[in-house]
Amino acid sequence: MKIREIKEILGAELLCGECLDGDVFSACCSDMMSDVLAYVKDQGVLITGLVNPQVIRTANMMDMVCVVFVRSKIPTDDILELARESGIVVMRSDLRAFDACGLLYSAGLSQTSGDKHA
Amino acid sequence: MPDVLKFHFDVDGSDFSSAGEASVLVKKKLRQLGYPADIIRKVSIAMYEGEINMVIHANGGTADVEVGEKDITIILKDEGPGIPDISLAMQEGYSTARENIRVLGFGAGMGLPNMKKYTDSMDIDTVIGKGTTITMKVNL
Repeated sequence: MKIREIKEILGAELLCGECLDGDVFSACCSDMMSDVLAYVKDQGVLITGLVNPQVIRTANMMDMVCVVFVRSKIPTDDILELARESGIVVMRSDLRAFDACGLLYSAGLSQTSGDKHA
Repeated sequence: MPDVLKFHFDVDGSDFSSAGEASVLVKKKLRQLGYPADIIRKVSIAMYEGEINMVIHANGGTADVEVGEKDITIILKDEGPGIPDISLAMQEGYSTARENIRVLGFGAGMGLPNMKKYTDSMDIDTVIGKGTTITMKVNL
């Protein structure tokens, strides 16, 4: 799935990042960053309602390409700056995490769809 | 005998939002040096969890990374309270982090287990009331 499709499916607002044609092979949804760090997936998207710089660092560590802040959360400028430095696309959506995950899963993205790339 | 490349960082224990900066820098350096993505990821995740732990539990410390010919060594040293029960601390889900840390997205009890999971060896040297030194190696 392309990052552009994620934006469309979630009706999300793009906050930073330009390369929306990048591929995403897996998704992870959590507000606990250590849980995210426990499962390596390439080219993933992180869906979270947690808003702090550690979200971007965690995504960076995991080589994730996109972060979606759900539940109408708005990241601060320093968080977006970190994302720019790391080349991570950031969006925000008014959806709740459960709904965002459901929509992406129904559209073919899953936690395991990235396994062949792990 | 080629030189071992060394990096040293002071980890600031007073500012949670800056925790992990050293790991991000190490990741960047290893990328520039051309190491494989999976090696870089293992080193940086293990170091990142360690950095976070030092900030949460030990008011910071130091992080040293040595890039050798056969492996990459990460040495995390703090002067915190020490770990009373290592086997309990290694148990997935066990955490002594307080609620104010959990709301920041950490304290899930996955820090030490993740550090072990992503490294080829991990040695914990801890003395109650004195501090902890964790030495991790990722084979190249």
